[in-house]
Amino acid sequence: MKNINTTSEDILTTANRLRWELGENLHDTLTESIYQDAAGISENVVSVKDEKPRFNWDHALDLLLTSRWTGFPIMFIMLAVVFWLTISGANIPSAMISSVLIDSLYPALKDLTVSIGFPWWLSGLLVDGMYLAMAWVIGVMLPPMAIFFPLFTLLEDFGYLPRVAFNLDSLFKRAGAHGKQALTMAMGFGCNAAGVIATRVIDSPRERLIAIITNNFAICNGRWPTQILIASLFIGIMVPPALAGLVSAAAVVGIALLGVFLTFVTSWGLSRTILRGEASTFSLELPPYRPPRIWQTLYTSLIDRTLFVLWRAVVFALPAGAVIWLSANIHIDNLSLAEHFIRFTDPFAVLIGLNGVILLAYVIAIPANEIVIPTILMLTVLSLKVSGIGEGAGVMFELEDYHTYTQLFHAAGWTLLTAVNLMLFSLVHNPCSTTIYTIYKETKSIRWTAVSTFLPLIMGLVLCFLVAQFWRLFVV
Amino acid sequence: MSEALNNNCETCPVHQTTYLKKLGVNMENWDYVLALAGNPNTGKSTVFNALTGLRQHTGNWPGKTVTRAEGGFDYQQKRYKIVDLPGTYSLLSTSTDEEVARDFILFGKPDVTVVVMDATRIERNLNLTLQVLEITDRLVVCLNLMDEAKRHQLQINDRQLSRELGVPVIPASIRRGDGIKELLNAIHEVANGLYICRPHRIVSGSKPLKSAVNQLVEKIENRFPGISNARWVALRLLEGDPRIIEAVKDGELQELIQPAAQSVLT
Repeated sequence: MKNINTTSEDILTTANRLRWELGENLHDTLTESIYQDAAGISENVVSVKDEKPRFNWDHALDLLLTSRWTGFPIMFIMLAVVFWLTISGANIPSAMISSVLIDSLYPALKDLTVSIGFPWWLSGLLVDGMYLAMAWVIGVMLPPMAIFFPLFTLLEDFGYLPRVAFNLDSLFKRAGAHGKQALTMAMGFGCNAAGVIATRVIDSPRERLIAIITNNFAICNGRWPTQILIASLFIGIMVPPALAGLVSAAAVVGIALLGVFLTFVTSWGLSRTILRGEASTFSLELPPYRPPRIWQTLYTSLIDRTLFVLWRAVVFALPAGAVIWLSANIHIDNLSLAEHFIRFTDPFAVLIGLNGVILLAYVIAIPANEIVIPTILMLTVLSLKVSGIGEGAGVMFELEDYHTYTQLFHAAGWTLLTAVNLMLFSLVHNPCSTTIYTIYKETKSIRWTAVSTFLPLIMGLVLCFLVAQFWRLFVV
Repeated sequence: MSEALNNNCETCPVHQTTYLKKLGVNMENWDYVLALAGNPNTGKSTVFNALTGLRQHTGNWPGKTVTRAEGGFDYQQKRYKIVDLPGTYSLLSTSTDEEVARDFILFGKPDVTVVVMDATRIERNLNLTLQVLEITDRLVVCLNLMDEAKRHQLQINDRQLSRELGVPVIPASIRRGDGIKELLNAIHEVANGLYICRPHRIVSGSKPLKSAVNQLVEKIENRFPGISNARWVALRLLEGDPRIIEAVKDGELQELIQPAAQSVLT
C-alpha cells in the first residue's frame, strides 16, 4: 500500500509536472480522440437507405439566404419589414392605451385624490409624477414590444437568425468581435437590456464584453418614438409633403444604420485597445428550417420577454416620474430646480448643439428613454412659461398635432441642428438604468458597467460637439 | 384472477405512464434529480415540456436556454426534479453555457442525466454524449427526431448504439409524443439501479498520455476513494481546468462520491 497518504496538493503537483511533460497539444489530442470515437460509433450505427434524396428545401433556402449576393439584401428587407410592422402597427394600440390611461384614468385619479383630501403635493407626486410616467412607459413601450418580440421570435423559430449571424460573421470578425454579436445586436433593436442578456450565447469573455458595451448602439424601442417624431418635425418638413413620410423614414433608418456602423467601429476600437485579442472561431450550426409554431410563440414571447421587460421598465419609471415632478415643483429663489439646471447647463448644451432642456430630460429619463419627449415638452413649456399649453408644472403631456409641436419648438429656439443633434444624442448616449443594471448583473463588474455607461455618453457628447462646430462653420 | 391481472398491469410500463403526473414548477420533496443535456436544436426543451407540462420557450437558436430551467414530475410514486441545461456541443471549452452544463452534471450530482440526441446528426451529437459519459455513468440517451431521420432516409440501429455506449438508448419523436413512456421507464430503471450502465470510455491517444493519466488516476482514487470518474478528473487536471483544480484542492470532489457510492450498495 504505497501512496496511502496522497494529498490534494500531491495530486496537483503531479498534474502540473505531467502537464509540462506532455506539452501543449493535449487539448487537440483529446478533442481528436473524442471525434474518432464518435465517428467510429456512428459508422456502426447509422446507414443511409439507397434512395435518391428528394429535393432539399433547407439547402435551397440556405443558398438564397446566405448567398454572397442575395444574403445581405434579403436581410435588410426582412429587418426593414419587421421595423415597419412594429412602427406602423404600434400606433393604433398605443393611442388606445394612452386614451385609457392618460385621457380617462388620469383625470379620474386626480379627482379621486382631491376628493379624499390629499394635499396638493402628494397628489401631484403620486398622480402627476409617478402614475403619469408609468402610463407613458406602458403606452409607448407595450405595443411595439408586443409586436417586435413575437416577430423576432418567429424568425428565430423558423431558423433565420443563425443565418443572419452567418452573414455578418466576417464583418464582426474584421472588427475583432464575435459573429454571434449579430444576434445580440438584433435583440438590442427591441430592448438593450434583452440584448445584453442575450450576449450569454457568446463564449469568450472578451468578445462578450465588446457585445455588451456596443449593444447600446442598437436603437431600442424606447428611442424609436424620439427618432420618428423629431425626424417628422424637422427633417420631413424640409421636403414637399408628398415626400415627407419617406424622407423622415429614411432619416430614421439612416440613424439606425449609423448605429450599426458605430457598433463595428467601437468593437474594432475596443478589440485593439482595452479588450485586445483575436476574434475566436466558433462553430455555428445552421439548424434545419422548421415551421414556426405561431400561437405558442405569441404566448411565450409575450410572457417571457414583453411582460418581463415591461415590468422592469415600469419599476424604473416610477421613481423617475417622482423626480420629474419634484424637480419642477421644488423652488429655490423663485425658480424650480429644473429651471436652475436648465439655466446652468444651457451655455454648455448650446456648445454641443443641444439645449439645457434636452440635457435635463436625458438626465431625468435615465430610467426609461420613452419619457424623453414628454419630459422635453413639459420642461420646454416650463422654461418658456408659455401659458395655454400643457398641464402645469411637472406634468408630462403630449400635443395634439405636429403643427403645435413645431410652433413650440421654434419658440424655444430649436433649429435643424438641435433636431439632428437630438437624434444623434438619442442614438449615442448612456444606456437606460434598466440596461445599466442588467450589465452589472451580467458582468458582475463595476468597472465594465462604468465603461459601458460612460463610453457612449462621451462619444455622444463629442459627436454632437463636432457636428455643431462643423454646422456653424459651414451651414449657417 | 382479477388480482393477478391487476398486478400485471401495474408492472407494465405502458400502464405506468398514465401515472405520469406533470408537476410543473412544483418540485418539492423530490426523490431524484434529473439533468437534461444535449446539443442545441435537438428538442431538449420539448422533452422538458413533455415531462413537466411546462411551456418553456423552445427555440431554434443555439444558446436558447442560457440559464437552466427547472420543473418536476411524478412517475411510479417517485418525484423527480428535472433541470434543463443549456444546449452545448461540447463540455471542453469554457464558455458560460458549457460551464453551466458541465458544473451541473458534475457538482449538481444528478441521479440520472438524459442526453437528448438528434437522430439525424448522430456523429456530431456523440461528441457531447461521450464527454458526458466520462463524467457520469448514470445516463439515458433519448434519440430524438427519429421522424426527421426517417424523412432523410436514415436507418439507425439504436440497439447497436446502446451496446456501444453501454447505456439505454430510447428512439423517440417527442414532438409527436412517441417514446415518452419508454424514456420514462429507462429513467426509472437507471435511477433505481435496475439498469447498471457500462459506459463507453474514450480511447485516448499516445503512450505518454496514457501513463500520465494512469499515474494521476491512481493518486486521485487514493485521495478520493469510491470516485467514479477519476479518469476524467485526471484529464481535466492535465488540461489545467481551474474549476476542477479548485474542487480537488478544497476536497469538494469528495462530496460528489456519495450518490454513486449509495447506488453501488443498493
